[in-house]
Amino acid sequence: MDQIRRIEEAQLRSDVPEFRPGDTVRVHVKVVEGTRERIQAYEGVVIARKHGGLRETFTVRRVTYGVGVERTFLLHSPRIDRIEVLRHGVVRRAKLYYLRGLSGKAARIRERR
Amino acid sequence: MKGIIGRKLGMTRIFDASGRAVSVTAIEAGPCPVVRVKEQETDGYRAAVLGFDRARRATRPYKGQFTDRTAAPLKVLREMRLADGDDAPSGEVRVDIFQNGDLVDVRGRSKGRGFAGGIKRWNFHRGPMAHGSKYHRGPGSLSSRMSGGGGRVFKGRRLPGHLGSVRVTVQALEIVQVDPEHNILLVRGAVPGVRGAIVEIRESCKAGGRKA
Repeated sequence: MDQIRRIEEAQLRSDVPEFRPGDTVRVHVKVVEGTRERIQAYEGVVIARKHGGLRETFTVRRVTYGVGVERTFLLHSPRIDRIEVLRHGVVRRAKLYYLRGLSGKAARIRERR
Repeated sequence: MKGIIGRKLGMTRIFDASGRAVSVTAIEAGPCPVVRVKEQETDGYRAAVLGFDRARRATRPYKGQFTDRTAAPLKVLREMRLADGDDAPSGEVRVDIFQNGDLVDVRGRSKGRGFAGGIKRWNFHRGPMAHGSKYHRGPGSLSSRMSGGGGRVFKGRRLPGHLGSVRVTVQALEIVQVDPEHNILLVRGAVPGVRGAIVEIRESCKAGGRKA
């Protein structure tokens, strides 16, 4: 397994900030539109981090116009320009899938200081 | 004929130049000393016998195959057929015979699935699991009373039985990365066998061995 880790290491990003499920982040994603490339921000609550090494992913949930949207990003993807951590949240589990069933006041997460 | 012997290390995912994730299998391949070259005149066909991995123990008859070429006996021996015009490789075959974008065929022994039912083995459909049904995962009817002139089961009827652990070739896999320093090939997609399984990697018989 060491060999696999060594292969992955070459592409690991060192600029990934520390964040956990429950935190609110803003992900700056590189988007290709026709021939131009621009950066788009996507903001929301991290509800899961999965896998490890180069294969690690995280899922960000946000509610826009009453519709829940979840996007899963590859943590080490070169398509991600940068990740901003806006707020640390207090949560008691690793996967916050229960948020899908909650809305409004019930879906709030306490801030960690 | 380009070919090398390797060991499947496992799978991972890497990013290509455009930032897309590509699933790859890591294979530790070579260096493979050429143990022997078989010739048309003496053996009836042309092939290079490649070796891979040191053998910890070897019987004397087994060691006898190596005497004139390599010092230590090798654990795995595989033949690579040579076409009429091919030059026989000499010395050692290393991963650098391949480069990025080459297409290869990878051959190995698939994972053993044991005694498997018709659903897993032949993609049969299953019956209802509830609503009073007593037909769940069984093979169903084997034949009709009139089949073959007297109610017999035709040969080749697909039934439960042993699945896997056979030699499988996966064709036209793209080489994504070659690491000559660590003797590692990254091949796009999946390769037969468990982690640690021995695989043979050959230039693909498809599309002239290059990605179109």
